[in-house]
Order: sequence, then structure tokens, then C-alpha cells
Amino acid sequence: MGVLVGKETRLVVQGITGREGSSHAEQMLEYGTPLVAGVTPGRGGSKFMDRVPIFESVADAVETTGANTSIIFVPPPFAGDAICEGVAAGLRLVVCITEGVPVIDTLRATRLITQRETTRLIGPNCPGAMTPGEAKVGIMPANIFRRGNVGVVSRSGTLTYEVVDLVSKAGLGISTCVGVGGDPVIGTTFVDVLKLFAADHQTEAVLLIGEIGGTDEETAAEYIKADFRKPLFAFISGRSAPPGKRMGHAGAIISGGMGTPQAKVAAFESAGVPVANTLAEMVQMAKER
Amino acid sequence: MKLYEFQAKELFAQDGIPVPSGRMVTDSAGAAAAARELGRCVVKAQVHAGGRGKAGLIKLAESPEQASELAGNMLGQSFKGFRIGRLLIEEAVDIAAEFYLAVTVDRASKSPVMIASAMGGVDIEEVAAGSPGKIANLIVDVAYGPFDFQLRDLAARAALDPGIVRQFVDVARRLYGAFLRSDASLAEINPLMVTRDGKLIAADAKFDVDDNALFRHPELLQYKEEAEEDPIEAEAHRKGVTYVRLGGDIGIIGNGAGIVMSTLDLVAREGGKPANFLDIGGGARADQVREALGIILMDPNVKGVLFNIFGGITRGDEVAKGVLEATASMDVKVPMVLRMAGTRAEEGLKLLEGSALVPAAEPVEAARKIIALAKGA
Repeated sequence: MGVLVGKETRLVVQGITGREGSSHAEQMLEYGTPLVAGVTPGRGGSKFMDRVPIFESVADAVETTGANTSIIFVPPPFAGDAICEGVAAGLRLVVCITEGVPVIDTLRATRLITQRETTRLIGPNCPGAMTPGEAKVGIMPANIFRRGNVGVVSRSGTLTYEVVDLVSKAGLGISTCVGVGGDPVIGTTFVDVLKLFAADHQTEAVLLIGEIGGTDEETAAEYIKADFRKPLFAFISGRSAPPGKRMGHAGAIISGGMGTPQAKVAAFESAGVPVANTLAEMVQMAKER
Repeated sequence: MKLYEFQAKELFAQDGIPVPSGRMVTDSAGAAAAARELGRCVVKAQVHAGGRGKAGLIKLAESPEQASELAGNMLGQSFKGFRIGRLLIEEAVDIAAEFYLAVTVDRASKSPVMIASAMGGVDIEEVAAGSPGKIANLIVDVAYGPFDFQLRDLAARAALDPGIVRQFVDVARRLYGAFLRSDASLAEINPLMVTRDGKLIAADAKFDVDDNALFRHPELLQYKEEAEEDPIEAEAHRKGVTYVRLGGDIGIIGNGAGIVMSTLDLVAREGGKPANFLDIGGGARADQVREALGIILMDPNVKGVLFNIFGGITRGDEVAKGVLEATASMDVKVPMVLRMAGTRAEEGLKLLEGSALVPAAEPVEAARKIIALAKGA
């Protein structure tokens, strides 16, 4: 089981012949992800690693291979269009790894998604999603993952890997790990993923890694208070960040009094969610639950 | 990228938004010349920070002599860490009322949002905190842009005088156009002034451009070169390194925005003061490390450097080799601690034995070590 990606995933890689795209496509194949197609305009008809067919368009890939999920590695100027192409081709899930997508492009893409109601977008600027033992649709290091019952949802890539590593070392494992992305506007939010975890039989507890900027954590806390019944532990990074300074991620900024760590911690605490001071502490909490 | 008021007004004027006549000047003589041309005028310091009025950096000049004197006082002053090198000399306008109008991105609804209020001319955050009912929002469908009927409704909800609504709708539509065309993250007019003769005019202007979209706006790059920046941040940006100066004395390097942010938090929680945010990105080749360390050490306050690395697809031992190679070729006089976890971290930490870098397996321990070492340095 797990959520979003798994045995039923049929993956197409958008931008499979690029440097990042080809290297990660190879690693996803090695992991056993059902990678059925690649897309690079102008390179249709050839094959990736002598086995994965490359198409001119996502629509061609879907028609020929039955692809239902895509992962995007195309450069920022073209990533917004790549998302829309995936949506128009009727994909169930589009994962946009690309960092540096103009916000207006993301707004247009999410607008199209709202209109079509058939596609979920994860990202942009995210590490992707992985259900250990089933599918890796992302850029995370697979060797640190063990299969298990802990769901992870995070706005940060590297902190996700850290926490997964700690989970494995604590003798626990992951149901699905979802990096929702560090951009100000993202397709899938904490609440979206929590709803999926709530309905997933494999997921018994959830670790949530938030950060400064925006109000996704506060919205998640409201939802948890009202409707989420599984044990959940949170961590917020950027607690010492000064207002007005962008902390690496385009979305990690306290501006206009919004997005402060204090508001996020208070929201979780009022929802009865323990907020850990370190990742190690959070994993310990999950172990002792 | 933040634009100065005079630059934002250039953009607004291109979109047909009424702005006062004005000249950007960099010295007292220029201020006097502009004042002779414009008559009674306002001298406005150009800085990327709010609260200029209260700080005496926006002043009325009745004569060219007075404009010259005010300019002399303001130029060279420092305000919120920014040196004042430019002034906007602008025709004085008689005020009947002051509104607020802005377009920005609403993260929650994933849409542009327009914000209007009849309480302009003051800090909108104060209005939002004190009288939130005085602010009206319009979530815009990015596929269509705002419809006029929606803008009329926005004006009504903001309690603007019905007599001004036609002009308001025109300015609001043009402001949305400027926002969209230049890939702005914020386009703000505060105050949007009503003059004595009943005309709307953008008395102040704030315009932030989405850095990720600059590749398709060559026309805006002229503004980038003029932007004031911290000299170390400027050097980092030239080299494509994600660096933010924070003012403390512990330099911080990590591979990923989240890991760096959480390292800053740890150092602060353990009683230290982070000097910077620096994300070295995915790999950690020797040349990348050298560049990053070079930037951190430009800051004379730095008394110690903490590396926090997670070995993922890039293995820990490879990262350790890169760091060792880089530090061996540099003359680093401050203590350094390297914490590493993940793929082949133990092998990586082993490589550091006997080097100038103090290894640490755990982040809290690493933070404590560098704080202690920096105190001794």
C-alpha cells in the first residue's frame, strides 16, 4: 500500500535525456520503479538505456505505454509547460522536481489542474515521493529507506533524507515519504497528503517536517485537530531565521508578519501535536508512541 | 529582486498608471535643478526599506535651495543597513484622501490576490492587525485576470468613495497588468492618492520581481545591477551561491536549504550566533566547498565554521574528500567542525581524522563543539 506511488505506478520521465533526468531515471530503474517511458521533444523514437522508449510528447507516451504518472526534470523556463502537458495528457500524478520555476507558471499550471480535476501535482522544487519496496518517483537516496509504517511529509529534501535515515536506524520503516516542495506555491500541501495517510492502512504514524513561510502548517494543524486520528509528530525548521530573509527555498520567508515559526508551533500545539526540537527527538517520539 | 520607488514608477508609467512627475538624482546640485523644474517638491530617499516617512527621509521642499539642503542631509545617511545614494525629487501633490492597492500571490488559494483599503498611507500590516475589516481582498483567476465588475465590488468592499470607482478600476486593471507582465511577486501602491482635484495618482510604489522569472525579463536586468546588496551577499550571488548574511560569528555550510536552516536553529538554541545561511547544494566537490568557504570567510566576524552534511546520492566519503581537498589548499585560521550522516558517513568521518576539521557524528554535538571552539579562537 502506501500512498501516491506504488505498484500501480506507470512512470514517464519528462526530460529523460537531460543530465539530471537521465541520471535519476537510471537510479529509479535500478530501484525497480515501473518506468515505462521517457519524453524529450526531438528525440522521439529512440530508447533510454536500450529499453525505455522515448516519445515526442506525454500524450504519445500515455497512448502507447499507459503511463499514469510523470516526473519532471526539464529546466525552469519549460517546467510550467511540462506540468500542463502532463495534466492535458490526463496523468493521475505529476511530480515536478525542477527548482526555480517562475511562480506565475506554477499558478497557471495549478489553475489548469483545478479546471481538469484529474491530476495531482507534487512540487515544484521537491524531492518526489517514494513507497519503499514498490516505487521511487524522485531523487532521494534509496539505500537509506526501509519499508515500514511511518509516513513522512516534508517541505525540505535533505531534512527528509535525514529523518528517513534516523527512522531506519531506530528500527522503524517508511510507508510512503512525500516531499511536497519548497516553493511558495505548490500543487500538493500537507493537508492533501495527511488525508491520504489517514486512509492508508499501512501508515500508522506520521512525521511532518515544516518550515517558515506561508500557512500550510497552520492549515494542517486545523485539519489534524478536526479530523486526523493517527499519531503525528512535527518539526519546524527556520526557528531562528530573521523576518524578510529568504532561507534558500523560495517559499521559506517570513513576510508581512506571516509564516513565523511561533505561529506554526502554536498551531500544532493547540492541535495536540508534539513539536520536536530536533529530528532525532521527533523520531524518538515516533518510536515511543 | 526589489525595485526602488523611482524604478517601480517607471514601470507603472509604462502601464499608464498615473504617477507624479519626478527626477532621480544622486547629489544636491541635481536635487536643486530638479526642484527648479518641478516647483514645490518632495525629496524622497530611495532605499529598500519601509518607514522612510517616520525616519524623516521624505520631506517637502518649498524652494530649490531647500531641496538641495535636504538632499545634502539625506545622501550618505544609513537607514536600516542601507546607504542612501539616490533620491527621488517629485512634484508635491495636494492630498484629499489616501488609499491602498496591491497585487501579490496568495499561497493558500494558489492565485494572484488584489488587496484594497480606504486606509492608505500607513503600514498595511498595522491596518491588518488593528482593523482587518478595513481591508478587502479579491482572489483573481489567473486564466482571466480581474473582471471590471469584480474590481468595482472590491472598491465597494474597501469602502472607497463611489465617485472615484471608475478611476480605481482603471488603475487596478493596469496594476494587475504590470504585475503579470513583469512576473512580480508584489506590486503595491501605498498611498494611492486622491488629489484635491479628484484624480488618483500613485504617490508611492513598491515592486518585487520573482527572481526565478528574471531569465525572461532582460528589460529588468538594468535594475538588478543597481540594487543595493550586502557586499558578501553580492559576491555570493555573482558566484551562484545561496548565501544570506545573518550577523553572528558561526559560519554555517550545509547541503540543502532545510538542513542549513535547522543547523542555524541548533546553533542558536545552543547559545551561538549564526553568521550566515549557505546552501552548497547537492554535491560537495572541492571547488564548490572552496568557493563556499571563501565566501563565509569574507565576513571578518566569523570565528568558526560548521559543516552539516547529509550523504545521500553523493556519498559521505566523497564529500569528506572534497572538504579536505578544499581546506588543505586554503589558509583557514578559524576552527572547523564537520558533522556528517547518511550514506558512507562513517567512512567520511574517518577520513577527517588528523585533519584541521573536527569530526562530529551528531548535530547537537557538532553545534556545541563549534561554539566552544569559536569562543577559544
